[in-house]
Amino acid sequence: MPVTVPSALEAQIEELIARYPQKRSAAVMVLHALQDHFGCLAPETMEWAAAKLELQPINILELVTFYPMFRQAPVGRFHLKVCRTLSCALAGSHELHRHLCEKLGLDRHAHGPQTTPDGKFTVEFVECLAGCGTAPVLMCNDACHEGVTLAQAEALLAQCEGG
Amino acid sequence: MSAAAVVTSPAPPSSDTVNVTVDGRTVAVPRLLPDWRGKLVPTTMIQACEQAGVEVPHYCYHAKLPVAGNCRMCLVEYGLPALGPEGQPLRKPDGSLAVKKSPRPAIACATPISPGMEIYTATPEVQQMRASVLEFLLINHPLDCPICDQAGECKLQEYSVEYGHAASRFVETKVHKPKQVDLGPRIMLDDERCILCTRCIRFTRDLAGDDALGIVNRGSYNTLAAYPGRAFDNPYTLNTVDLCPVGALTAKDFRFQMRVWFLKETKSLCTSCGTGCNVLIGSRENRILRYTPRANDAVNVCWLCDHGRLNYRWIGRPDRLRQLAGSRLPAPTWDAALTEVAQRLRHAVPGSVAVVASARLANEELYLIRRLAQHTGAATDIVPRSGPGDAWLIHADKNPNSLGAQRLGISADPAGSRLSQFAAAIGQGTLRTLLVFGEDVTPRGLGPELLDRLECLVVSDILPNRTTERAHVLLPGCAHAEKCGSFTNVHGRVQRFFKAVEPPGGARPEVEFLRELLQRVSGEPQPDTAEGLFHRMAAEVPAFAGLTWAGLGDTGAARPPEAERVRPRADATAG
Repeated sequence: MPVTVPSALEAQIEELIARYPQKRSAAVMVLHALQDHFGCLAPETMEWAAAKLELQPINILELVTFYPMFRQAPVGRFHLKVCRTLSCALAGSHELHRHLCEKLGLDRHAHGPQTTPDGKFTVEFVECLAGCGTAPVLMCNDACHEGVTLAQAEALLAQCEGG
Repeated sequence: MSAAAVVTSPAPPSSDTVNVTVDGRTVAVPRLLPDWRGKLVPTTMIQACEQAGVEVPHYCYHAKLPVAGNCRMCLVEYGLPALGPEGQPLRKPDGSLAVKKSPRPAIACATPISPGMEIYTATPEVQQMRASVLEFLLINHPLDCPICDQAGECKLQEYSVEYGHAASRFVETKVHKPKQVDLGPRIMLDDERCILCTRCIRFTRDLAGDDALGIVNRGSYNTLAAYPGRAFDNPYTLNTVDLCPVGALTAKDFRFQMRVWFLKETKSLCTSCGTGCNVLIGSRENRILRYTPRANDAVNVCWLCDHGRLNYRWIGRPDRLRQLAGSRLPAPTWDAALTEVAQRLRHAVPGSVAVVASARLANEELYLIRRLAQHTGAATDIVPRSGPGDAWLIHADKNPNSLGAQRLGISADPAGSRLSQFAAAIGQGTLRTLLVFGEDVTPRGLGPELLDRLECLVVSDILPNRTTERAHVLLPGCAHAEKCGSFTNVHGRVQRFFKAVEPPGGARPEVEFLRELLQRVSGEPQPDTAEGLFHRMAAEVPAFAGLTWAGLGDTGAARPPEAERVRPRADATAG
């Protein structure tokens, strides 16, 4: 099933491609734009991107499977990314992750992003979010939360539930 | 898919040389050497070592592929001439140049040489690096050598013997990856065996022009893959099996058929088209199990198309012609058969005999047919055979020796144009004896009803067909793999092939029985070796002048261009 890319998005993607001397150089930017729109990068979306960039689909699949920020399956409405790199790990990010998973009924040992059955929350361990001085750090969608205590995490969940 | 145009003849090496020292031995190596496209680029350390006769172990490097530099197996130590504060070269007390060893190693495959460079490939540090690289490569590699098809020709095995640790220190769990991946119609992939050298990716993308393979996932989960749902299927996929230094890519055709160390390898040629790719025939106990490409920079470099590589099974077909047959066969012996045919030819009225030869026969055989035709006044032609070609190895001429047939005057111009005349002459009753060597003429205008009107139809072939069914004398012949001879490829290169397996039953090489037939017809003795015949042909046929059997070597030879115009004079003195 071919993907339908809205003309506004296609125009945005064409503008991105035009910034680079070679079309393929825009691949990561184009994939971000597509993922922002569709929520994930399904096979049809990758094939569309490959055709747009005059590449083969395998070239796109290599990128999508290399970068953890690209995903091939959708995530929940609230995507909680908990940093697990050194500073955050020392400052309790693993407790934070476990707490979030327990609160949401998710398997904290499972690999990759874990999503609640209602599709509302996804919890995922990620690498450094560049807030080492204010560890532990998590991101809820595009918002960064620093020095997150367990109480603050619960408040964040409640806020999302209400929102 | 478009096959990338590839320069098949290497650019001439630059006369400009650089002195480098490899393990204490100074060699002069060209400053520039051809890269995978034939373009002259700065010589690398691995090439300099090769020229010095020192092998540097490597996995990802391949002389005919773009350099990737990812396996790190070719790490060597090196030093450069030391320079003083003014930039002047420093000298030792004895006057020789002082060399400063680099504190870090370099990958030999991607580091260009420079004048005065010293390369050290055998230091304890280099040995240690090789052992360490191997240890990393083997961390997730399965220990399934006993059931791996690559065993015996596996670089991982070979270098493990030379440089590896005797015992594994790895106590963790290995990463598991996909196994028995059906990559395409002819290729099976075992991702756990893959060492991620990317040779297959580079070949497929840059030489075959089909960007089909890539590495997905990250870190220790790196996995060679084709895009899901897209078969790896281009006319050259099986070259990746040769390129794969380990057992990750295997040919479905050869998989689990034979341990490679049992194979007898015979130098031969591919007969599927006029390109004349050089091959090795791998056989055991008289059975052919595979063709692999044999390097010849002037023809196929080190590649082979999938069709040519897999087109060998007909040689071992159970319905091969094995016995002399036919209604005019006085007795089932070669002597009786050839005497009968010779008698008929000797007494034939000039113009009543014609020969349809095959451009799948060797030059030497076509030469004998030429002589036979001269003695009997017979007209000759071949059956042209064409099909789809490409800009690389697959030629539209599907006969391996069309040019040989043309140069020996066997084929009409254009080839096959005399066949209709033969048909007409049979119809008129003037053509009464037809000799057919290695072709089914019935679809070529010489249908069964016409053949039935001949007084004598002599046929030699390998497999049964509608022409062999009608033969009055049927002589069972040989596939090229069962005899020795030469072909002339479409570019005029004369190349030799040798006997790999025995012919079935009573079948005999055409070159043998044609020679005996010619002796019976002409009454003159003929050379009884391919070499002798070749030399007689070279002396007699201007198109082969200047060529010698030994001079053809492993990679063949084209006729010296001067021989075409200036025939050597008997009184000419050597310069």
